[in-house]
Amino acid sequence: MPQIHIEYFAILREHVGKNAEELNTDATTAGALFDELDGRYNFPRMAGMKVAINAEFSDWDAALADGDSVVFIPPVAGG
Amino acid sequence: MSGFEFSQTAPSLETLRLRVTDRTAGAYVAFEGWVRDHNEGQQVLRLEYEAYEALGLREGERIIAEAAERYGVTRARCLHRLGELEIGDLAVWVGVSSAHRDEAFKACRYIIDEVKHRVPIWKKEHYVDGDSGWVNCERCAEKGSGSLLSGSGGSGFSRDSAAKNRG
Repeated sequence: MPQIHIEYFAILREHVGKNAEELNTDATTAGALFDELDGRYNFPRMAGMKVAINAEFSDWDAALADGDSVVFIPPVAGG
Repeated sequence: MSGFEFSQTAPSLETLRLRVTDRTAGAYVAFEGWVRDHNEGQQVLRLEYEAYEALGLREGERIIAEAAERYGVTRARCLHRLGELEIGDLAVWVGVSSAHRDEAFKACRYIIDEVKHRVPIWKKEHYVDGDSGWVNCERCAEKGSGSLLSGSGGSGFSRDSAAKNRG
């Protein structure tokens, strides 16, 4: 079962209560991983969530590989 | 030379300005974003910025490169603060130098607009009434705009368009 590294930022970090975790998962895509973790944590509802794999923006249907690092990106607010 | 950076500490404006000086430049345009004391009807006491730095640096560099290519400016830099900031603090700085003013104005505007839209930075506001909130996240299901698709179902929950098209 692939092991995925997940980092949390901002509202998700506070909601989950940790900065990062390692997860052994059957999820084959970033979207499936999100759904799995949403089932566990019941993420705050928000529109326009994005995802990054290995520090690059990615599609939700992008395939996950063992050792990947995934970050869910809530709406940004720089400046 | 890195064009985009994060900083936990306040830089001096003179230091920033010197980063874009150039003998071939006849114009210098800078933008300073400051922490203001109100937002959307609430009185702001202070705020904090958090970033996904690994991706933020890459995206920031891409924006700087795009501005340079698009407008042919001589030098362009951007610095964004992270951590706790007080009212009046410098939150973000953009500096552009070029041979003539027109391209410097345009590039500066392009950089700050794109940074606000694309770089993974989050802002938590602390209000005078003791409440706090992550800007654009707490009620964003009600605020669909631009590329953000509002949830079409009852929950108001959605990912971006790629997610909506999945399956």
